[in-house]
Amino acid sequence: MQPQSEEELAEMVRSADAPLALRGGATRHGPGAGLALETGGLSGISLYEPGALTLVVRAGTPLDQVEAALAAEHQQLAFEPPRLGPLLGRDGVSTIGGVAATNASGPRRVQAGACRDAMIGIRFVDGRGEVIRNGGRVMKNVTGYDLVKLLAGSRGRLGVITELAFKLAPRPERVVTLIVPGDPVAAMTKALGSPYDVTGAGYLPGIGAIVRVEGLSASVTYRAERLAALLPGAEIVEGGQDHWAALRDVLPFAGQVGDVWRVICRPSDATALIERAGAEAHLMDWGGGLIWFLTEPDHDLRTALGSFQGHAIRIRGAKDHLPLSPQVQALNQGLYHQFDPKGLFAQQGA
Amino acid sequence: MQMPDPNAAILARRAAIVAGLRALLPADAVLDDPAETRAYECDALTAYRCLPLAVTLPRTTEEVAAILRFCHAQGVPVIPRGAGTSLAGGSLPTPDAVILGVARMTGVIETNYPDRYIHVQTGRTNLSVTGAVEAQGWFYAPDPSSQLACAIAGNIAMNSGGAHCLKYGVTTNNLLGVTLVQMDGTVVHLGGPFSESEGLDLLGVVCGSEGQLGVVTEAYLRILPKPEGARPVLMGFDSNEGAGACVADIIKAGVLPVAIEFMDRPCIVATEAFAQAGYPDCEALLIVEVEGSEAEIAEQLALIRAIAARHSPVEFRESRSAEETRRIWLGRKSAFGAMGQMGDYICLDGTIPVSELPFVLRRISELTEAAGLRVANVFHAGDGNMHPLIIFNANQPGDLEKAEALGADILRLCVQVGGCLTGEHGVGVEKRDLMGVQFSDQDMEAQLRVKDVFDPNWLLNPAKVFPLSVTASRRG
Ligand SMILES: Cc1cc2nc3c(=O)[nH]c(=O)nc-3n(C[C@H](O)[C@H](O)[C@H](O)COP(=O)(O)OP(=O)(O)OC[C@H]3O[C@@H](n4cnc5c(N)ncnc54)[C@H](O)[C@@H]3O)c2cc1C
Repeated sequence: MQPQSEEELAEMVRSADAPLALRGGATRHGPGAGLALETGGLSGISLYEPGALTLVVRAGTPLDQVEAALAAEHQQLAFEPPRLGPLLGRDGVSTIGGVAATNASGPRRVQAGACRDAMIGIRFVDGRGEVIRNGGRVMKNVTGYDLVKLLAGSRGRLGVITELAFKLAPRPERVVTLIVPGDPVAAMTKALGSPYDVTGAGYLPGIGAIVRVEGLSASVTYRAERLAALLPGAEIVEGGQDHWAALRDVLPFAGQVGDVWRVICRPSDATALIERAGAEAHLMDWGGGLIWFLTEPDHDLRTALGSFQGHAIRIRGAKDHLPLSPQVQALNQGLYHQFDPKGLFAQQGA
Repeated sequence: MQMPDPNAAILARRAAIVAGLRALLPADAVLDDPAETRAYECDALTAYRCLPLAVTLPRTTEEVAAILRFCHAQGVPVIPRGAGTSLAGGSLPTPDAVILGVARMTGVIETNYPDRYIHVQTGRTNLSVTGAVEAQGWFYAPDPSSQLACAIAGNIAMNSGGAHCLKYGVTTNNLLGVTLVQMDGTVVHLGGPFSESEGLDLLGVVCGSEGQLGVVTEAYLRILPKPEGARPVLMGFDSNEGAGACVADIIKAGVLPVAIEFMDRPCIVATEAFAQAGYPDCEALLIVEVEGSEAEIAEQLALIRAIAARHSPVEFRESRSAEETRRIWLGRKSAFGAMGQMGDYICLDGTIPVSELPFVLRRISELTEAAGLRVANVFHAGDGNMHPLIIFNANQPGDLEKAEALGADILRLCVQVGGCLTGEHGVGVEKRDLMGVQFSDQDMEAQLRVKDVFDPNWLLNPAKVFPLSVTASRRG
C-alpha cells in the first residue's frame, strides 16, 4: 500500500486488522512481517524558511533531497544523519521519516545534539488511525507534552510519522580535522573538555583519533592551533570530511564479514569495554560514548562486556540487545498499547 | 480561573492522612499548620492562592516513594514542587492535595569531568549546579532568569530555557537521565550518564510534563567547559521592525550568537527609571552576545556590525570591559523587577517564527491600545520566544480580568502566525483553558494517554495543563 495523503493513510490504518510493515526507504531496520505500507507517497518539502532556520518536510522525502535543498541555502541538519544502508547491506534510499524514527545522529551530536534535539514538530497517524500533531515550527515550545521526543527513535512502534519540522543550522564556512596519535579516548576527552567548541571527536582504526573544529575561518585556525598544542603529535588537516563520513556511516565495516554492535557507554569506560569485548575491530564516536564493534558472527558480546552503564544492541546479525529494566519495560509496553491497541506496528524494527 | 471542587471525602480524612504521613517521615518533614503551609499556597503566579491539605519535604528518593505510595493508596492528589517560581501556576495547590516539595534534596551525588556530567538531587537550584563545577572551569548551560531561586526539579518539569539557549538549547537538550518516582511509588531510572537508551525516549516526554507523570528526584545533567570569553553588544533602532529584521539577518548569516535579547521602548523607559543602565533613548534595542577568544569575538562582532549597519542602528555599543558588560546586561536582567515597580503584571511567553516579529509586535500594540492597557516587550528574539508584560492594577476591580483577556488575545495571535502558547514557562493553570487554540481534541487525547500510562488514577498535579472539561472523566 502506498497512501498518497495523510488522510488516506489514516483510513488504511483505521481499517487494518493485521500487522503492517512500515517502509521508509528500508535502509535501516528490516521491515517486520505484514502488509507493506510505504511512505514514499508522502513526500516533499512543505515549508522552508532559511531566515528562521526552519524546515517542514513530509516523512517520505528522501534524505538526499532534503540535504540538497538545505545546501543550496548554506544550511544543514546539524545532527549529521548517518546513512547506514551500505553497512547493513541494504540499497534503499534513506527518507527523513526513517531518520527521525531511528533518531539517527552522527558525530556532531556531541556539540549540536541528536536528531531528537533538532525535531521541533511532528504529525503522525497512530495505531487507532488518528492524525496527531505535536510541537510546531518554532524553536521553543513547551505547550503540552513533548510527543515529538517520544516519537523520535520510536521505530514506528507508536504510529506512522507523516510530517516533521526541524530546526536547522548554518553550514560552517570552514572545517578542519586534527588527527591525533596515541590513546584515542584520552585525546578525545581532552578535546571535548576544552573551550574550543569541538564538533566531532572519534576514532578510526588505522588513522587514530580525529577531532573536528568548524566555523568562521580565523576562529577555526585559532582553535585548531590551540587543540594541537593540547594534543601532542596532532596533525592538522584542512577539511577531512571523508573521515567524518566514514565514521558517521561506519564505512570501515561495510562489506566485512561479521556482526556489528552499537554500544553506548561513558567515554571513561570505553577503553575497558574494548579490552573485554573480544571484537575483531572497533570505531568510536561521540568522544568514546559510542563504540561500533565488528565481531565474529554470533559472538556473545553482551556476556563479554559484563555490566556497565549504557546499552548494547546488535544492529547487523541476529537481533539482540541488553534488556530494559522491568519498570522501563512496563512503561514502554503501556505506551505501545495506548497508541497501538490493535498491535498493528508491533513488528516494527524491534 | 476555575479549579475542581475539592474532594470532600479527603478533606474529612485530613487528620488521618496527616498522621499517616507523619508515621512515614521524620518529624520536620510534614507541615500542616496553616502558619507554615501558607508559604506553599502559590508560586510566582501570585494572583491564585490556595492552602494545601499538607506539605511534605522529603530528603531522599525512598522518602518520596513512601509519600507517593501512601497518597496513592489513599487516593490523595499530590502536587510536586521545586522552588515555587513557576509563572504558570504549575505548583498551585488544591485544598485536597498534598504538596511534595523537593527543596531539601539539594545534594551533588557525583561530578564527572571526563564524561562531562553532574549527578544531582533535583531540589538543587539551577545556579548552584553551575556553582558546583565553576571552579574547575565548567558550567550548566540552561539559565532561566530565575536561576538563583529555581530548582532543577522545576526546570525539568517545565523544560525551562534562558537567554543563552539560542546556542546551548533548553533543559531537554542538556538532560541525560533522571530518577523518577511514579505515583504508585515505583522508582524508575530513565537515561543515565550516557547519550541514549534502548526503547522509547521516555526521558524526552518526562521533561516538560509539568509534574504530571512522576516526581523527579535525581538528574544527570550535561556540563560544558566554559568558553574563553564572552562579550555583548548593544544596538539601538528607531523602529521595532528594524530591530526585528536585524535579528533575522544575523541568524541567516550563519553567525551563531549565544544570545539575542530584545527590548522595546516601554521596557527601555521602565528599566532606565529603575536600574539606570544608561540605555540609549530609542524605539527598540538588541543585546547580542558572542563567545570565544578575543580574536574570535572580534571576528563575529565585525560580521554583526556589518549586518546591523544595513538596518541603520541609532547606536552600536560594544562592551570594552567587564564593567561595560555588566551595564549592558543590567537593564535586561532588571526588566521584570522594573515592571514590578510600574504595577502588577502578567508575563506572557508565546513563541512565534522569527520572521513574524515585526507584524506581531505591531498587532500587540494595537490590541493593547484597544484594551486600554500597557504592554512592555522584552524577550529572547533569536528564537522568537516573546515575553510581553501586561501591566495592570490588581487593586482595581476588573483589571486582572481585562489583562487576562488581552493576554489570551495575544497568545491566540502567536498561534495564528504559526507559533505556540508557551515557549518556556509552561501551561500550568494559566494557559490551561487556551490549549484548544493550539491543539485539536485528538492532539490532546494523545497526550492524556501518556499520563494514563504513568499515572492511571490521575492523582499527580491533575488539574493542570489541560482544560478541566477535557480531563474531567479521567480525574474521577
Ligand atoms: C522572575 C522570574 C524569571 C523567570 N525567568 C525564566 C526564564 O528565563 N526561563 C524560564 O524558562 N523560566 C523562567 N521563569 C519561570 C520559572 O522560574 C521556571 O518555570 C522554573 O523552572 C520553575 O522551577 P521551580 O523549581 O521554581 O518549580 P516550581 O514552581 O516549584 O514548579 C514548577 C512545575 O514543576 C513541577 N515540579 C516541581 N518539582 C518537581 C519534581 N521534583 N518532579 C516533577 N515535577 C516537579 C511542579 O508541579 C510545577 O508544575 C521565571 C520565573 C520568575 C519568577
